[in-house]
Amino acid sequence: MSSHGHGVRRRREYPYALFLIPGALAFLAVIVVPFLMNTGISLTHWQGVGSPQWAGLDNYRDLLDDSAFWESFRHSLAMVVAMAVIPTALGLVLAAALFDYIAQHIGTRTASVLRACFYLPQVLPIAVAGIVWSWILAPENGALNEALDAVGLGSLRHDWLGDPDFALYSVMAVMVWVQLGFPLVIFMAGLQRADPSLHEAAELDGASWWRRFWHVTLPQIRPEITVVLLWCTIAALKVFGAVYVLTKGGPGGATNVPSYFSFQSFFEKTQVGYGSAVSTALTVIILALALVALRLQTRAEDQQ
Amino acid sequence: MVLPFLVVVLNAVKSPAEYSANGPLSLPEGMHLDGLRDFWERVDFGRKLVNSVLISGSVAVLAAVLSVLNAYAIGIGRIKGRPWVLAFFVLANMLPQEALVYPVYYLSKQAGLYDTRLSVIIVFTVIQSAFGTYLLSSVLGAFPKEVIEAARIDGANKWQVLWRVVVPVSRPTIGVLLVFFFIWTWNEFLLPLVMLISNDNQTVSVALGVLQGQRLMDATMTNAAALLGVLPAFCFFLIFQRTLTRGIAMGAVK
Repeated sequence: MSSHGHGVRRRREYPYALFLIPGALAFLAVIVVPFLMNTGISLTHWQGVGSPQWAGLDNYRDLLDDSAFWESFRHSLAMVVAMAVIPTALGLVLAAALFDYIAQHIGTRTASVLRACFYLPQVLPIAVAGIVWSWILAPENGALNEALDAVGLGSLRHDWLGDPDFALYSVMAVMVWVQLGFPLVIFMAGLQRADPSLHEAAELDGASWWRRFWHVTLPQIRPEITVVLLWCTIAALKVFGAVYVLTKGGPGGATNVPSYFSFQSFFEKTQVGYGSAVSTALTVIILALALVALRLQTRAEDQQ
Repeated sequence: MVLPFLVVVLNAVKSPAEYSANGPLSLPEGMHLDGLRDFWERVDFGRKLVNSVLISGSVAVLAAVLSVLNAYAIGIGRIKGRPWVLAFFVLANMLPQEALVYPVYYLSKQAGLYDTRLSVIIVFTVIQSAFGTYLLSSVLGAFPKEVIEAARIDGANKWQVLWRVVVPVSRPTIGVLLVFFFIWTWNEFLLPLVMLISNDNQTVSVALGVLQGQRLMDATMTNAAALLGVLPAFCFFLIFQRTLTRGIAMGAVK
């Protein structure tokens, strides 16, 4: 460009790549090196003190035979249902209801206040959500049991978090509450982007609300649905704080998940090598999903 | 959705006697703030708030600076191998913290940084800036080239263009990032739980989580704890509601 004529004042010309140096160094120290160390440790037997003993793939072989690990992994799938599948499905219906019905017939203000209420749990520290819910679900004097008594359903009282048959479902219910706001906000943003005339045309043709929902609303925000499902699945696989605060993986491992399982191996059982193997396995699964998510996301953007 | 919070507020202002007599669903007979005061003093809550503000604030600012630098090279500089660099940052952000926690714990002990707020600030600055780099790169990728060229013709070097042109124009996005980094860091649990073991360094989230894990509290104190934990988050929420909804939509679609 003609800027060459002004080269006198541009003495030093450094490449843009220089701006990456602080970030690159910081990433090396905080992400890359620890991650490689973790992978390395997973190939050893190590208690965290003394020198690690080379173990090859022993830890991974043990993992395959460890029923406690597989159980924690099954609970991960339950978390995917609670944090990705149910919030996405519920979020769709709620977003459509808020957008088509409440915003049109009651007012956009009401719709955005409701949206904010659903989103609130997302900005709360999970430790706080955990305190609130473990008190609500407490066996003695817990708000839920007391409420059941008050409406004459006292026979339904349970130790919601302490009973191995119920604990996982209780944690799942809490996670639905925590997670629901995220898909809701994304879907409402997606609906704002969509073309309202299609919807009006379908309404004039006499299509019922459900038919319009299925045939007009859903196809329009398909890219958002895919992205939300994948990101929420990844969040579900990583869930730690909620389990720590609500149940500590108990009772008897009934709510253990891989991330808590690796935490226990690191800091409670001092089986550092084994814990590293668990977290490395978890990482491989999550990164694979993240790659799929990125692929789909770029494809969705190209189509827009 | 909001019901649990309302029940918490009701019960945080009851006396233990009132709670055991009337249960969790009755309306409080008066304002009884001893539970709140006891809890505040017992966990030195003021100190935890200072720690949380200090850690989250530093991380928000530092991570935003790092994100801007990275995104300038990727989005405007269009450096070679840009999709790979970007993919690397995203994957770094997706990494479960469990895969970093033990080495970070070990290395920080070696470096004498264990149980310091600085260690947590460093780690989260990097983790948050991974997301910031991803988001800002795509925003800066669409930055009008004429503006940058005009500044260059006027004799500004790359550093000056960044701070005098790119940053001021991208202020809205950077604002969203600051809010998100602050709240995310405030809410973080695993790494602060492992790294900040002494009472003096703990954050609000860790202090509440650890107390809850030990189950030492009675019902009114639990509610007091929950209320004090909810309040800061609720304030951020009221202040930043608009930024937050704009931000997640931006994060998802970009």
